[in-house]
Amino acid sequence: MTTQKFLEALTKLFPGDRLLTEPAELVPYESDALTAYRRRPLAVVIPESQSEVIDTVQLCAGHKVPFVPRGSGTSLSGGSLPVEGGIVIALNRLNRILKIDPENRLAIVEVGVPNLDVSKAAAPFGLYYAPDPSSQPICTIGGNLAFNSGGAHCLKFGMTSNHVLRIKAVLPDGEVVQLGGDSFESIGPDLVGLFVGSEGLFGVALEVTLRLTPKPEVYRTVLASYDSLEAAGNAVSQVVAAGLLPGAMEMMDELAIEAAEAAVQANYPPGAAALLIVEMDGEVKQVEVDFERLMQVINASGAGEIRIAQDDADRMRIWKGRKSAFSAVGRLSPDYIVQDGVVPRSRLGSALAEIDRLSEQYDIRVANVFHAGDGNLHPLILYDGNQSGALERAESMAGEILQLCIDFQGSITGEHGVGIEKREYLPKMFNEAEIGTMLSIRSAIDPDEISNQGKMFIN
Amino acid sequence: MIDISEKLSEVQKIVQSVDHVLPRGGGSKPSLSLPTEDFESLEMKSLNGVVEYDPEEFTITALAGTPLTELNTILSENKQYLPFDPPLSERGATLGGTVAAGVSGPGRYRYGGLRDFLLGVKYIDYSGVIQRGGGKVVKNAAGFDLAKIMIGSLGSFGVILESTLKVFPAPETYATIKLSFENLGEALDILLKASVSHLDFESIDLLSENGRWTLWFRVGSLVENVEARLKRVHEFLGKGDALQGDEEEAAWKNFREFSWVPEDWTLIKIPFSPGKITNFENKIIALDSFRQYSCAGQVLWIAVKNAIRELDKLLIDMDLSGLILFGSPDRKWIGRDVSDSFYRKVKSALDPVNRFVEV
Repeated sequence: MTTQKFLEALTKLFPGDRLLTEPAELVPYESDALTAYRRRPLAVVIPESQSEVIDTVQLCAGHKVPFVPRGSGTSLSGGSLPVEGGIVIALNRLNRILKIDPENRLAIVEVGVPNLDVSKAAAPFGLYYAPDPSSQPICTIGGNLAFNSGGAHCLKFGMTSNHVLRIKAVLPDGEVVQLGGDSFESIGPDLVGLFVGSEGLFGVALEVTLRLTPKPEVYRTVLASYDSLEAAGNAVSQVVAAGLLPGAMEMMDELAIEAAEAAVQANYPPGAAALLIVEMDGEVKQVEVDFERLMQVINASGAGEIRIAQDDADRMRIWKGRKSAFSAVGRLSPDYIVQDGVVPRSRLGSALAEIDRLSEQYDIRVANVFHAGDGNLHPLILYDGNQSGALERAESMAGEILQLCIDFQGSITGEHGVGIEKREYLPKMFNEAEIGTMLSIRSAIDPDEISNQGKMFIN
Repeated sequence: MIDISEKLSEVQKIVQSVDHVLPRGGGSKPSLSLPTEDFESLEMKSLNGVVEYDPEEFTITALAGTPLTELNTILSENKQYLPFDPPLSERGATLGGTVAAGVSGPGRYRYGGLRDFLLGVKYIDYSGVIQRGGGKVVKNAAGFDLAKIMIGSLGSFGVILESTLKVFPAPETYATIKLSFENLGEALDILLKASVSHLDFESIDLLSENGRWTLWFRVGSLVENVEARLKRVHEFLGKGDALQGDEEEAAWKNFREFSWVPEDWTLIKIPFSPGKITNFENKIIALDSFRQYSCAGQVLWIAVKNAIRELDKLLIDMDLSGLILFGSPDRKWIGRDVSDSFYRKVKSALDPVNRFVEV
């Protein structure tokens, strides 16, 4: 079918302003949060029901037109970058929370529901949805599912995959499937676990059943400043060695602190080379004793200033800077690449030292924030896209950091996914046979490669 | 550390030399490794040992034939444990078999089941090639998750050689409150109230015992704190008998090992929801069975003697599936079919020559 005929068929599915084809209308969809890349799709459709999504995918399947599912476009790996000659299926209007079920501790939601809205809906029952990526006010459950999003609490509470019970999806050939069920347990291969993190290559998820968790009774949060990253890293090791299981352990370096101060006036201790945030959560009696043990460790760790949150407002103030870090560095630099590699926690110090060395070698500033609890690094590589060759040099440095993570037996991505950004590095992490197996699975599910084409794997 | 390359090579050669192969671990779940004429049974017990363990990383990697008892001992020596509380260690369950069966024990209530703690696998594929899925770090979003897909796969996608697990610091001690009920409704009211509470229970199990019900609530704690925790739980529940020490540990071992299942009966795992308990109990009344609702009703362990066909029909009616662990000579699961079209697509990719069993 020619492009014209395809668009005519699409017009019958999406009358009016829910089919975008004019260049000016397409601009907002040409990129996601990996702003270095832009591509214009053939069209954008904005379905308002699951059946419209199914019809769209079936139409694309019939005519082998590529499609890219898109939530809020917050992907940092270019996961929702359009395909030329293909369409974008914008899913924000599939935004109904279908059921909050406290008896069975689950929520059934459409994929366009923002992550934080699930917790807001569950709050009256003393429950919440645990995965908390920093973009949670706007990122969608569908996007979280596609990239197996994480957040600051993954060591203790897991990633998105651990909280998804059931997925209703339309596969690239148009078949509608239901994977999993409404129980925390299952029988048979964990196909839900396979689908989560498949980055849109297995079709479009429509509706998801999520596990809800009792909200921790209390949080006890401490912020400590250090005169070096190494000292902060040692404190992390000591916390772990004490047998504690914090809900979160986060670190920021000097440049990230500077950015956070400029952006949100976090009022962090001045002059700190590194900040460590540690948070215990849970039942009040248990947290009391755990926090006491934690403070013994922190007090003996050589910290400069130590601040203990006295109430929720204090706690929010401590987190404010950390949560704003990615957007905050926009004040330091016109452009940046944010990396997402993982190294074993014991290698964090070495990894940061190497990043520091690369920063000098390339003469590129790097702000570091990272999830110290799980070894997930976020070096923010600052560059000016208006300078000739700056992007290429930044990408080259980013590549060396990814290689470092592989060499340390970590991962090229802890939570942002491969997308388009890290395709060249997946074959460095997995060998030819392993990539071949992934491609075989992909081929069995999407033989025509129309679902989020060009992501995860090098063509 | 052990040199495993020779051991892996031996297993590889066996897989490459036969048309159809079914791995077998400790034989703790015999219904899942039933020998057949068509499938060569591949004994995995000799492939055992810890490959890597760094307590500071909260990860451990061990070969598939490693007995759970060995893993538990090594972790305990470092004050860590497997939070998904894998069952049947006393029957010789191994790590690979546990992953392939996809089973967790009552302790899974606190932090999650096996799927929340499996990070990576190494396995032999249909062509005899050794492959990896997942990774060795606690956070990883690279590529398709070919570790998770091995959970519950029953040997249908490959021969698991080793697994990497996330581990946690172990509670210093445990305490339990046990309550008894004549009336299921009353028990369920308390179960529901507890399951949305902030009390961080390690386990919540509900047992049917001769027409009566018992609810078991377990908490983990530091030693210095256990009395305060116990007091708080008791106040929350309003009643109950406290257990600590050996008696407490014995009770949960009974649940984890399914010692309550009479000899020669069949044990079945049914993924469940607490909201279904009342309806199921009304329907099951005609069948002779013992039932343990674990994880606050998210999984039902049911033992029957001769009523497999009747239970199969009931599960189909309720859109449930059941995995048979032991007692049945000729089938692995009952109820709703677990091999749907998506499974078939994945199976065709991972095992195009049908070297491995169907799920």
